[in-house]
Amino acid sequence: MTTNATDATQNLPSSHFYVREHHPEQGTLLGFWLYLMSDCLLFAGLFATYAVLSNSYAGGPSGADIFDLPLVALNTSFLLLSSITYGFAMLQMQLKRVNGTLLWLAVTGLLGAAFIGLELYEFAHLLSEGYGPQRSAFLTAFFALVGTHGLHVSFGIIWLVVLMVQVKRFGLTAENGRRLMCLSMFWHFLDVVWIGVFTFVYLMGVL
Amino acid sequence: MSEHNAQPPSGDSHDHYQGHHGHGEETHPGHSTLKGYMVGFVLSVILTAIPFWLVMANVIESAGLTALIILAFAAVQIFVHMIYFLHMSPKAEGGWNLLALIFTLILVFIALAGSVWVMYNLNINMMPGVMSEPVLEMQSQ
Repeated sequence: MTTNATDATQNLPSSHFYVREHHPEQGTLLGFWLYLMSDCLLFAGLFATYAVLSNSYAGGPSGADIFDLPLVALNTSFLLLSSITYGFAMLQMQLKRVNGTLLWLAVTGLLGAAFIGLELYEFAHLLSEGYGPQRSAFLTAFFALVGTHGLHVSFGIIWLVVLMVQVKRFGLTAENGRRLMCLSMFWHFLDVVWIGVFTFVYLMGVL
Repeated sequence: MSEHNAQPPSGDSHDHYQGHHGHGEETHPGHSTLKGYMVGFVLSVILTAIPFWLVMANVIESAGLTALIILAFAAVQIFVHMIYFLHMSPKAEGGWNLLALIFTLILVFIALAGSVWVMYNLNINMMPGVMSEPVLEMQSQ
């Protein structure tokens, strides 16, 4: 009976997927990847808006006037470091070490919080100077793009804290492993979007 | 399904399962290595530091050339992150991951290039000087 089933599997052109079904997380990971791609389109819309409006200053400040590159460099390093520390958490997870996983997840969360803290400081500084999103089309597009990215990172931190509680309470179960892998993709994806932000908005804005 | 495959009575089928299991481990997105992460991290630090240095130290006179170079660095860095952090490969998820990514990149390109192209032409053609000519023609008729 089983031998027949295996033969049938081999003859099917889609045998590939039959054999792979013993990984329960495969479907979720592909589905989450599709969500990330749709999120990518959302960011593409915001980047396109910024590209169109980035020279519409309405007599207000330009990027060169308001962007503080050392601050952005520090922020970028926080996010880049948080990507590698999340990688370390995943390596600890593969070794089934609960405490190691929790430690690196905590470091990742702190780096993410530092990133958000610096970004909020930058936003507060701009608002106090009177350069809020209502000042010009350029600033509207800037706050929409950078703010949406910051919002994603903030939700990522909330998700990370929830997963830390889950791992602490239930251990590194298959479900938690799958969730950690989804968050891993989300976190690294946000880092990829940030590459676009610091290059296209900050560096090119100052040029 | 996995239980049926995992405990077959015949030794032959068992080998078949083992072979594919090993294959699955290799291409599994979660099975990453320290070396992979470190290579990706070092590369991305270099690819981030150079654009910041180019802009902050004003290394190149021409702003247009600097913009082109930092955009190229960003493209390479996105590629590095995709491979070393997001573990993209033609084999991951049987190729569906990569297919979705390529489709998305095409849409992103159309959205970005299309918006910039259309809005640039609108800006040029809606300038007051350009607008007045057809208006004058209509009034004279």
